[in-house]
Amino acid sequence: MSQVTDVKGEKGNFQVEILKKPRYIDVDLCVGCGACAEKCPGKFDDGYNADLQKRTAVYVEYPQAVPLKYAINPDVCLKLTKDKCGTCADVCPANAIDYTQTQELITLDAGSIIYSPGFKPFDPSRFDNYQYANFPNVVTSMEFERLLSATGPTMGHVTTLPKLPAKPKKKKDKLLAQKRKDPKKIAWFQCVGSRDVNKCDNAYCSSVCCMYAVKEAMIAKEHAGGDLDCSIFFMDMRTPGKEFEKYYQNAKDKHGINFIRSRVHSVTEDGDTHDLNIRYVDEMGQIVDDTYDMIVLSIGLEISEETKAMADKLGIDLTPSGFAKTDSFEPVSTTRDGIYVAGVFNNPKDIPESVLDASAAASAAGDALSSARDTMTKAVEKIKEINVVGERPRIGAFICDCGSNIKGVVDCEAVTEYAKTLPYVEFADEAMYACSQDAQAKMVEFIKEKKLNRIVLAACTPKTHEPLFQETLANAGLNKYLFEMTNIRNHNSWVHKNNPEIATQKAKDLLRMAVAKAALSEPLKEEKINVNDTVMVVGGGLAGMTSAKSLAAQGYSVHIVEKKDQLGGEAHKLFKTAQGEDVGEKLNHLIEQVKASKNITVHCNTTLESADGFVGNFKSILKTNDDESTLEYGIAVLATGAKGSVPDEYEYGNDDRIITSLDLDKMFKENDPKLDDLKSVVFIQCVGSRQPDRPYCSRVCCTHSVDNAIELKKRNPDHDVFIIYRDIRTYGERELLYKKARELGVIFIRYDVDKKPVVSIVDGKLMIRLTDHVLNQPIEIQADLLTLASAIVPRRDERLANFFKVPLNDEGFFVEKHAKLGPAEFATAGVYVCGSGHYPKPVNEAVTQGRAAASRALTLLAKKDSLYTSGIIAMVDPNQCSECGVCVSICPYCAPSFATGGRFEGKAEVNAVLCKGCGLCVASCRSGALHLKGFDTNQIFSQIFALGEVV
Amino acid sequence: MNDKLSGSVVVIGGGISGMLSALDLANSGYYVYLVEKGPSIGGVMAQLDKTFPTNDCAM
Repeated sequence: MSQVTDVKGEKGNFQVEILKKPRYIDVDLCVGCGACAEKCPGKFDDGYNADLQKRTAVYVEYPQAVPLKYAINPDVCLKLTKDKCGTCADVCPANAIDYTQTQELITLDAGSIIYSPGFKPFDPSRFDNYQYANFPNVVTSMEFERLLSATGPTMGHVTTLPKLPAKPKKKKDKLLAQKRKDPKKIAWFQCVGSRDVNKCDNAYCSSVCCMYAVKEAMIAKEHAGGDLDCSIFFMDMRTPGKEFEKYYQNAKDKHGINFIRSRVHSVTEDGDTHDLNIRYVDEMGQIVDDTYDMIVLSIGLEISEETKAMADKLGIDLTPSGFAKTDSFEPVSTTRDGIYVAGVFNNPKDIPESVLDASAAASAAGDALSSARDTMTKAVEKIKEINVVGERPRIGAFICDCGSNIKGVVDCEAVTEYAKTLPYVEFADEAMYACSQDAQAKMVEFIKEKKLNRIVLAACTPKTHEPLFQETLANAGLNKYLFEMTNIRNHNSWVHKNNPEIATQKAKDLLRMAVAKAALSEPLKEEKINVNDTVMVVGGGLAGMTSAKSLAAQGYSVHIVEKKDQLGGEAHKLFKTAQGEDVGEKLNHLIEQVKASKNITVHCNTTLESADGFVGNFKSILKTNDDESTLEYGIAVLATGAKGSVPDEYEYGNDDRIITSLDLDKMFKENDPKLDDLKSVVFIQCVGSRQPDRPYCSRVCCTHSVDNAIELKKRNPDHDVFIIYRDIRTYGERELLYKKARELGVIFIRYDVDKKPVVSIVDGKLMIRLTDHVLNQPIEIQADLLTLASAIVPRRDERLANFFKVPLNDEGFFVEKHAKLGPAEFATAGVYVCGSGHYPKPVNEAVTQGRAAASRALTLLAKKDSLYTSGIIAMVDPNQCSECGVCVSICPYCAPSFATGGRFEGKAEVNAVLCKGCGLCVASCRSGALHLKGFDTNQIFSQIFALGEVV
Repeated sequence: MNDKLSGSVVVIGGGISGMLSALDLANSGYYVYLVEKGPSIGGVMAQLDKTFPTNDCAM
């Protein structure tokens, strides 16, 4: 509820003035029960549901909101506007409503500022051709997103006339409601508010709409059944991200989604049925009329006026499209020193790129303050653990009402009374909200007072709340693994709403099972992991050097292993970035910085020969020329990059006038005099990309060719320049280059993958034959130079992947931990990824990922002294072990191995650091030698037996 | 300047980028103030149903 009103000071020492608006709810008291909203008469548009429905004046944005605390909208609250009502204060069981709150102005000191304001979905109301404002069945993609969502206004059921209230009261609404139907045909219109300077000023591409439209069409078909007809009307299909092209092809081939390359002129409505008629020109030039039940406008991402005004206040420069102006080599730094940027405000982007931006901005903001690290944070005080081993179990059972969530169905009082009758239960108590602060404090008191040594809680889901209660146990001096939680809400009161008696019985059963298990639980120990804080970066290209530079700035010792004789990698071959920066100059500057850093050791001409160990404790043999050396380190960053492929088509290699994009860059770099003699230059796109043997899009080639075409036109406007393409994928503000190229007279001709252009050399003339997509006639172009935009291919380094137990995908790129939320790290702890080895990417994105990998690594290095394994891990009883080796071969994390010495030589043992506690080895052990701590066989059996007991 | 260098960072905007920036910084030893104008954090990602290209739930 806060907004920045002013920023003073400079890098390292800003004063940020913040206006905290009143919430009219005491957040310390609010338990999020929702009793207030049930009775609230005020209503306003529910922005979370894209205004498709109303919400009450006292509200939480959505059920999973963080913090889960209500707020009052003062513009529509009857108490605050007219001093009437006041019902919420009357019904609030926690006395959390406070109408007297006022706004306050505070000033915070900050060394760095990160500005990540996000975007505003484009408002298509002003487009009279699509009639969004007037036709109820023309919806935006954001509205459609909410229609698809299970938490949306229709609970995931796609219906026409979606803007009706769910329970229509007015006569007009009721009549309309009868017309509601399940759509049979839905159309998506791409580029609404993007790539358009006629009807709006957004010349850029919003980068995400092609993919989200494909997604929405796929999910809509999933919800509505296979016969739903989905068509996407587009100009260029832009799916240049990792796994995106496959997604697009699957949508076409497996899900039967129609892709129609056409910009629809206008939409008319049948006033009676609200069906929508459209007219468009298809690829063959024929006019087509068609009728759809619904049209989804794929609206673009826009920077709001509010954000632009704030940027002005912050003193940062914007691009002509309103995004933050950044440098390709410092892609998260704004034009004002000390202010960094992340997310869509730093050019339109999807979630994984926003996540990379976030970590990169954190790294940049942190580098500027490295000497002040750890000066403001506080260490959490640890309470000494009480030893309960050997004690008779004294169980405390707590039953949570969860407001009316549980108590509304389950007789919690009866369950509490029942708990007292169970074996080993010393104490039982009911709490309205066990998770509230006061209930937690009480729990600590009870543990101490009643000398409880095991705690059972019957409440909501351990997935979200277990860590909180484990902390409470730790605060009372109990080992956190002496806590057992059973879910009587999601698994019980929510699903058995109509059967309160059975639900109460089930709550008792679940509680009895949890108590049986808890009686057998033992305190578990978390092993401390010693972290060697040296970092090894494999690959000395842009991404690797950026990562190394950032970690060195934070004071860590970094070793860069580079197999070539110099740093810089493939970037040496590039001429200019999409933003026009000279790559060579900036790259050399970065190389100088890396070489000058006292914390960085560069190993050129060096290969990695082995890697053993685990997070915090790796050991490798490096081979420099013929000399071997050993390196011990705690963190590895894999930045091995990718390379341009060698084309095997279009007569490449048979004529020196046929070159690749990188060859052309070389000519530009060397200012080759041959460039001045050219009369006609042709580029062919997707050479080796987006075809069955290499299905992915190489992401960078469209921009690269467009950029080089502009360069040629600049050198000599009389050059004829042709770009033969399939879809031009100049995403984000790169679109402006595409526009510029067209303005300069570059001619773009499209081809289909099954009708590739034909290159031949006839009488010494270089000829390219293809079918023109507008005229639908064969044409022939004579060229002096043919540039092939060859695919970017990964190094497919399986040896390296095996060293660190990290996966490669079918195409040979590294597979990150999580496609969305872990794009710069591997599932293997302590190993990070950046650069084109992850997926082809341009300079700015490689630098961003390099920084992001550094930031992720830093979070681990910063916890160096407090890094522990989980207590829930497998252990071996060596006396039972038959040395069969099944556990060793089955474990996906390589945790079990055969002991190489000691009393139990040859028996299996589990490395506590590598073990993730999945239980696979336990289930597979035929001798019963393996046990999963915290989930031991006797505990599981005790639960099952407890279930069978008759109450 | 260095003697008054502040060890804290202000992050403006509590969407996916802002939240993760804040988390990374906090876990690296900096004190973070996360400023959000709405009543809860999460941003637009929380409004999305599924995410491409994995069709994972956005929430």
